[in-house]
Amino acid sequence: MLNFMENVEKIPLGPWVARFTDWISDTFSFLFDPIKNEFGEGLEEFAYMLADVPPAIVIVIVAVLAFFLSGKRFGLAAFSVAGLLLVWNQGLWEQLMLSFSLVLVASLLSVIIGVPIGILMAKSKIAENLITPVLDFMQTMPAFVYLIPAVAFFSIGMVPGIFASLIFATPPTIRFTNLGIRQVSEELVEAAEAFGSTGAQKLFKVELPMAKDTIMAGINQTVMLALSMVVIASMIGAPGLGREVLSALQRTDVGSGFIAGLSIVILAIIIDRFTQSFSKKKRTSI
Amino acid sequence: MPVIKVEGLSKVFGKNVKQALKLLGEGKTKEEILKLTGSTVGVNRASFEVEAGEIFVIMGLSGSGKSTLVRLLNRLIDPTEGHVFVDNEDLAAMNKKDLLRVRRTKMSMVFQKFGLFPFRSILENAEYGLEIQGITKEERSQKARKSLEMVGLGNYVDQYPSQLSGGMQQRVGLARALANDPEILLMDEAFSALDPLIRKEMQDELLILQESMKKTIIFITHDLDEALRIGDKIALMKDGSIVQVGSPEEILMNPANDYVEKFVEDVDRSKVLTAYNIMKRPETVNIDKHGPRVALERMQKEGISTIYATDSNRNLKGYVTADDAVIAMRSGVTDLTGILKMDAPAVTKDTLMNAIFEISHDSPVPITVVEDGKLLGIIVRGAVIAALAGQGEVNLTHA
Repeated sequence: MLNFMENVEKIPLGPWVARFTDWISDTFSFLFDPIKNEFGEGLEEFAYMLADVPPAIVIVIVAVLAFFLSGKRFGLAAFSVAGLLLVWNQGLWEQLMLSFSLVLVASLLSVIIGVPIGILMAKSKIAENLITPVLDFMQTMPAFVYLIPAVAFFSIGMVPGIFASLIFATPPTIRFTNLGIRQVSEELVEAAEAFGSTGAQKLFKVELPMAKDTIMAGINQTVMLALSMVVIASMIGAPGLGREVLSALQRTDVGSGFIAGLSIVILAIIIDRFTQSFSKKKRTSI
Repeated sequence: MPVIKVEGLSKVFGKNVKQALKLLGEGKTKEEILKLTGSTVGVNRASFEVEAGEIFVIMGLSGSGKSTLVRLLNRLIDPTEGHVFVDNEDLAAMNKKDLLRVRRTKMSMVFQKFGLFPFRSILENAEYGLEIQGITKEERSQKARKSLEMVGLGNYVDQYPSQLSGGMQQRVGLARALANDPEILLMDEAFSALDPLIRKEMQDELLILQESMKKTIIFITHDLDEALRIGDKIALMKDGSIVQVGSPEEILMNPANDYVEKFVEDVDRSKVLTAYNIMKRPETVNIDKHGPRVALERMQKEGISTIYATDSNRNLKGYVTADDAVIAMRSGVTDLTGILKMDAPAVTKDTLMNAIFEISHDSPVPITVVEDGKLLGIIVRGAVIAALAGQGEVNLTHA
C-alpha cells in the first residue's frame, strides 16, 4: 500500500531539461558562438595582459590604493603587500592575476545586468513578484550545476566560467538594488515628486544616491560570490588559482593545495576590503 | 478671486472604490463604509476656497485625512473624485506634463520631517526645485542663496543637513520651497517635529516672512494653538470631512458641532482672545461738565467704586474713586480735576488675554482699553476670568 509510487512511472524531468538545454544551445548558437569566440578572445587577451604587468608595479599600485581607500591607514596596505609578495614568492602570480581578471569581468557584467533589473523590481510590483522566485532558484541551486549548461552553451574555457558566475553572483546586486530603492524614505520620494521631478530625475537624483550604500553592499556580495564561482569554474577549464586547487586535489598534494587556497583567501580579503571601503568612504563624506 | 478652489474632493483607498463612493453619497460614515466594502475613506467630499495671500490652516487629529487632503492638492495622491482648481486649471484632470509644470512653478511643499536630501549640501538642497527645471547653475545658485538668506541660513550653504539642528533643517525645507518662487506653499505639519520653543519661533518667522511674501499658504497641523496663531482661516477635519471652515475666532466662539467644541475646549483661549473681545462699554463722567456729585451718583447706580473720567472728546483723563468723590463733595468742590487719579493700567485693543490677565491681577481698578488717547472700553477682572473659562459675552467683530 505504502509503495504506491512503484506503479507511477518516473517523470522524465531530467531528459526534458536536457532537451530544453540542447534546444537553447542550438537555437541561440548564432548568439552564443560570437560570444564564445569574440568575447572569449578579448577576455583572454585582457586576462593575460593583466597577468603580464610586472608584479612589483601591481603591488605598489595596490598598496597606494589600499592606503588611501582605508582612510590613510597602513593596515590594509601592509597586509596587501605581504600577501601579494607571498603569492609571488610561491610562483602563483599569473594564476592570481587570471583569477582576478575573471572576477573583475564577471562582477562588472553582474553589476551592469543586476542594477537595472533591481531598479525594475523596485519600480514594479509585478516584476518583483516574478523575479524574486527566480533569484531564489539561482541562489539555492548548487553552484556546480551551472557548469553543465555553461559548457553546453560555450564549451570550455573562460567564457563558460564567466557565464556560470554571472548566474551565481548577480542575485545579490539585484536584491540589494531593489531593497535600497524601496528603503528610500517616502518623504524624500514625495519631496522629489512635489517639486516636479520626472521619473528619471527622481531615480537618478534621489533614489539611486540614497540607495548607494545598500547597492554597494550588494555589489560587495556579488564580487565575493564571483570569486568563489571563478574558482569552481576551473573544473570547466577556466584558468587561475582554482586550477591549482583542482590539480592538487587530483594529486592529493596537501602542500600545494594549501598554498593555492591561501592565495585565494588573500585575494578575497583584498577584494572584499577594497569594495567595502568604497561604500564606507562615501558614507563618512556625507 | 480664490487661488485654490476645491470641489467635492474625495479619496478612497482600497478596492471597491465605486461602491464606497456611492455609499458616501448616501451619507454613510467612514466606519460603515470600511465594514461594508473594506475601503478606507481618506477624504470625504471636501470643498473649500483659498484666497490669494491667505494662510489657510487645515486642522484635525491624526487619521482625520488632513495629510491626504494636502497631497490631493498637488496630486502626490490621485483623487478618486472631485476637482482641484488652481488658477482655474483643474489639477485632478491634468495630464502628466501640465502637472509637472504646476508642481515646478506654482506650488511647493514643506514636509513634516523636512524631507531634505542628506547627500546634498544645504545649497544643493535649496537648488533642487530649480535644478530639475534645467535652470543654469549660476541662476539657480543665486536664487537658492537668496532664499536661504531669507530664512537666515546664508552662512550655511556648504553644510550638510545632518550638521544642522531640526529648526535649521526646516528652514532649509522652507528655503527650498521658496527658491522657485511658487504662488502656493503646502506645509504639511511643517513645525510639528520641532520642540515647542523652536516651533513658536518658526511660526513667528513664517508670519514675518508672509508679510513680505504674500504667498497663499496651506498649512496642515494637529495643534489648535498653532492653527489659531497663524491661520487667517481654519478648516477643521474629522474622519475625512471638513466639519467647519472659519476664522480663528469663529471656530473658537461658535463651534459648528460637538466635535469642534470638544477640540476648542482644550485650547488656550488666553493666546487668542484680545482686549477687544472682552472689554465692555465703560460708564464715564465728563470732567468738562460733571462734578463729584454726578460721579458719585453714577457709581452708586452702577454699584461700582471707581469711575473713569474723560473730556468731551472721549480722551481718557483718569479715574475717580468713590471715597475721594465723597470727600470732595463734602468740602464743596465742584470740579473733578483735583481728585483725578492717573495710575489706571492701559492696554490696546490687540493686547492678548494672557497679558491682560497679569495686569488685572495687580490692579485694583478696571483696565482701560485705549487707542490714540481715547477710551474704547474697560475690562473688569471678572470678565477676564469668565472669558478664560469659556463663558461670558465675547465681541467677535473686529473694529
